[in-house]
Amino acid sequence: MQRATPGTAVSVRSVTKRFPGVVANDEVSIDFLPGEIHVLLGENGAGKSTLIGMLAGMQQPDSGEIRIKDKPVRIGSPRESLNLGIGTVFQHVLLVPTLTVIENLMLGGPRWRLLDHAPVLKRFQELSDLLGVRLDPDAQVGRLALGEQQQVEIMRALWRGENVLILDEPTSMLTPQGVRDLGAVMKRLRDKGVAIIFITHKLAEAYEFGDRISVLRLGRLVGQLDKARLKSMTEAQITDEVLRLMFGGQKADRRDAETLLGRGVHLKRAQQVDRTKPPVLMVKGVSTLADRGECPLTDVSFELWSGEVLGIAGVDGNGQKHLAEMLAGQRSAASGSILFAGHDVTQEGVAERRRHGFRYITDERLGEGTVGAFSVATNLVVKEIGVPPLWQRGVSRWGLIHSHARDQIKRHDIRTPSERTPIGRLSGGNIQKALLARELNVAGRLVIFNKPTYGLDLHNIRLARDRIVECAERGLATVLISTELDELLALSDRIAVMFRGRLTGIVPNEDNAERRIGLLMTGAEAA
Amino acid sequence: MQGLFTEPFLTSLLFGAITAGVPLLFVGLGEQISEKAGVLNIGIEGMMLFGAYTGFVAAFYSGSFALGFLAGGLGGMVVAALMALLCVRLGMNQIVIGIGLTLGAEGLTALLHHFQFARSYPRLGKAPVLQIPGLSEIPVLGPALFQHNLVVYLLVAATFAVGWLYKHSDVGLNLEAAGSKPGALDAAGVSVMATRAGAVLATGFMAGVGGAYLANVGAGLFVPFMTNGAGFIGIVLAMLARGKPYWVLLGALIFGISLAMTTALQVAGLNIPTDVVQMLPFAMVILVLVIFGRHSVLPAALGLPYVRGER
Amino acid sequence: MSATQDAARSEGVPPLSAGRGRVVAAAIARVLLPILLALGVGAVILLLLGANPVSYYAFVFKRGLFSWLGLQATLTRMAPLLMIAAGLIVAFRAGIWNLGADGQFLLSAVITAALGPALIGTLPDWLTILICFLVAGAVGAAWSVIPAFLKVRYGINEIISTLMMSFLGISFANVLVKLVFFDPGTTVPQTRTLPVEDRLPRLFGSTIHSGILLALAAVLIVHFVMTRTSFGLKLCVVGANPRAAIHAGLDVGRLTYATFAISAGLIGLGGAVDILGVWGSVRADWNPSFGLLVVPLVFLARFHGVATIAFVMFFAVLQIGGESAAVRLGVPTFYTLVLVALLLIFLALVEYLDYRRQARTRS
Repeated sequence: MQRATPGTAVSVRSVTKRFPGVVANDEVSIDFLPGEIHVLLGENGAGKSTLIGMLAGMQQPDSGEIRIKDKPVRIGSPRESLNLGIGTVFQHVLLVPTLTVIENLMLGGPRWRLLDHAPVLKRFQELSDLLGVRLDPDAQVGRLALGEQQQVEIMRALWRGENVLILDEPTSMLTPQGVRDLGAVMKRLRDKGVAIIFITHKLAEAYEFGDRISVLRLGRLVGQLDKARLKSMTEAQITDEVLRLMFGGQKADRRDAETLLGRGVHLKRAQQVDRTKPPVLMVKGVSTLADRGECPLTDVSFELWSGEVLGIAGVDGNGQKHLAEMLAGQRSAASGSILFAGHDVTQEGVAERRRHGFRYITDERLGEGTVGAFSVATNLVVKEIGVPPLWQRGVSRWGLIHSHARDQIKRHDIRTPSERTPIGRLSGGNIQKALLARELNVAGRLVIFNKPTYGLDLHNIRLARDRIVECAERGLATVLISTELDELLALSDRIAVMFRGRLTGIVPNEDNAERRIGLLMTGAEAA
Repeated sequence: MQGLFTEPFLTSLLFGAITAGVPLLFVGLGEQISEKAGVLNIGIEGMMLFGAYTGFVAAFYSGSFALGFLAGGLGGMVVAALMALLCVRLGMNQIVIGIGLTLGAEGLTALLHHFQFARSYPRLGKAPVLQIPGLSEIPVLGPALFQHNLVVYLLVAATFAVGWLYKHSDVGLNLEAAGSKPGALDAAGVSVMATRAGAVLATGFMAGVGGAYLANVGAGLFVPFMTNGAGFIGIVLAMLARGKPYWVLLGALIFGISLAMTTALQVAGLNIPTDVVQMLPFAMVILVLVIFGRHSVLPAALGLPYVRGER
Repeated sequence: MSATQDAARSEGVPPLSAGRGRVVAAAIARVLLPILLALGVGAVILLLLGANPVSYYAFVFKRGLFSWLGLQATLTRMAPLLMIAAGLIVAFRAGIWNLGADGQFLLSAVITAALGPALIGTLPDWLTILICFLVAGAVGAAWSVIPAFLKVRYGINEIISTLMMSFLGISFANVLVKLVFFDPGTTVPQTRTLPVEDRLPRLFGSTIHSGILLALAAVLIVHFVMTRTSFGLKLCVVGANPRAAIHAGLDVGRLTYATFAISAGLIGLGGAVDILGVWGSVRADWNPSFGLLVVPLVFLARFHGVATIAFVMFFAVLQIGGESAAVRLGVPTFYTLVLVALLLIFLALVEYLDYRRQARTRS
């Protein structure tokens, strides 16, 4: 094995990690240097999270080694990782919501110690200054905004030593301002000599923050752009180079490339939305009740036409979940009304709305959308239990149910060993395919997509987006909730913005849409 | 016929309440520790019973009540170790294993008792009582509250100590994290399994000592199945107490009062049938649940085995 | 906290046809191994207590299974156990921890014991029996309404509510026996006895009463409903993932009430079957405590109907044989409890080892 670049903070050498059926990392070798923001760029499923999972002590490599300051080490547990000075901030917040900030930071001390706040507060102050943030140490973490929670996580990661900081897709839950703040924090830390590893699937972010970019594809390192080259190239050149590294000699599908870039070109559709007819959905003054920390709706009103895609923009946690659930019928409106094709459906529940043609593809594929332990076949029909012809006078006709499933699996290219496989074993992309097959199969008239491409690889993102467009072309009224602005700009006719449970404005998808949406997302009035 | 609010009645009631409530407080506190860490310990009834047996045997053969309590605690921990292995380490269903362990403890202790003591049914002498000077002279309250075995006073002190420790020690934080968001604890470098296993063992100890108290002090002998649901009542107390030990204390006291009511009423000369009085504590719990029917605040990860990196 | 994994696992979908023989063989091994291990460790315990395990087991199986008298007793004992098992299968598959079977069973038994003798003179036999069954089922279901309400309305965990109702029910049953329905003509407090000729008809000249047919039917019907009907599937979805159930448009509240009612109703029916078939009356402080005992059996059977019958039969043999052995060999019936516990523990271990083996061969 080669010697590492001198002064390396941490490096991986020929690291390979396999899971049943897939090689997550294939002979990956990367050096991470101190005082650098090193971006790991790749689509979902490229193996980035697996790699840093090993640095964080969550997994061990099957072969290859990890070196700290050019000495091989074995990181057997998160504790060992922390002791080596590696701090990891994972994608989903790992803080105890019922404890305060300071208590969360004190987690992990020797077991028989009585808590002594003084030294902890001192370190808290040190790190606050280092990061340039202001937080109340006695605030309950569950009540903080996501951006603030992330700051606490960064502090926790740096607590025992400021060698290496790993950030796994940290921007997905942040406001644009939050992203800028994070960038400032990273730069401060980098200037102090911390080795920062930043994982993302968006080229725009890689370009914005990276001093060095390593590109991963299908578990392998396909190329690296170092500081000197990045400085000397324009953004367009970097884009081309990354695309070349990712797709090699093959003709990259233009849309895959655009997805990677995080810049979508508006897909021109066959027909324009016919707004001479009355809107098929009218939501008036709907509010919902707050529920365990989720943001409720306050006085939301909008209209939707058949064949239209209405995008819902906004940072996660501003009421989108309640909006989706309220429309689907899972959550009742405390006030206001919902009219669909002239009928008042406000009091109707999920089953009744489904009969009207409502379809809902949830963002929580395993937690809510499917029963993980049940077979693919059962999940495909779980919303139609008891309905003929698959059920006859209440008796399940499993033969028909299974052949129906086989048909769907073939038609939608759902990769599964069999229709009887528990759906929880499938990859995220295939579960999404099954959900799409299920919801968009039967006569729908209104469909709600909640973060449909979250966590998917490029191929499946493209498939999902095709289905969304297809819905609109077929005349379905489509609501598309997404945290990816580029996605909304690519697919929507109009875009509404949610902020703190209110719909702050609806913007037609024209040239200045992005700027106007940005303003609305901060709560300012529509320009 | 004597009256209800006479000295003998009240004294008998309070004293009986404490004697009956102490085992409940032991299991309630113990169960609360487990639940805080995210383990629903249905096997606590078995731990208590096994502790009752080992405690009795130890006290019987050694003549020392202190040894009896210790043996009881250890006995409870043996059953708890099984629970920790099967549920925390191997991730088996906590409720079914808990029921299995309870049945096993019931059967085993009854079996052992049959072969050892069924013919003789030996009794222990009266347990040593620590009279607190001065305080034990107060009418009614004196004999009722201040003439108990040392272990009772230690238990009350422990209740407050545990409550304080929850908020002011690393153990307390770790328990809270293990039950509420185990992923955070893992990421902080602490073994979730070790924390939960420790909690279960502590529960086993508490339940075991409680069982030993029930056998040695409360009854003076061991009778198969003598816990008679006390462990389950402990689970109820823990669930209603919302993580605060002093609520367990209050609940145990109230339960103890209703359990002691039968004897006390007889002292007062009232002859309400035992079975009717026995219904009181349970009817009370149901009433409390119906009236104060808010969501019982249980730790978010209760009952779910922790798997690192699970989806 | 529900039996989600276990309920979902036995969804009622037949196993993969590829390598079916091997899969079946492995399944049988998975069941036999824990039984053998449990009997083995149990034998060690017997040895330590000074009893001869070989003669004990031989005696138990001869008495419980291989003798006509014993077989009849075993089948008779199976009736109430199977009814309770049927009730528990419904509950557990639906994700409801109904631990209140003892109270539901006993209360229904007492009401039946009071109602039977009261009606028997005035109404034809078959009508009396039918009314007793219906009332018993209703009483059992009624006793689960409060836990059901607390769960649906407030999300209160049914473990504590059903346990408390159970203790309450047992005390209440005793009160009824001693103070309300007692037979003034007897010295020992009990209800009036239903004459033998008025109890459930015997089968084919044996002492086995027809209640066993009802119980077998109950378990098989429950299995069919839970695995092959839309209603059963809905309950299973609620049990496996309540959020997905809401998402799918199922009326979780109504289904929960139904689950409690059916589960407790079947258990209550079991109480009636036992009284009308065997005892004819209820003595004070009588409590066979089947409620918790059946839980491990149902789990061992993975909620499967036929497997449940097999496990319940196995347990009944142990109990009947054990009761005889208590008298003849001096090994008290408590030993059966120990065996059940060992069986459960070894099942858990064997399953875990099997899971690890599967994970290793897959990767």
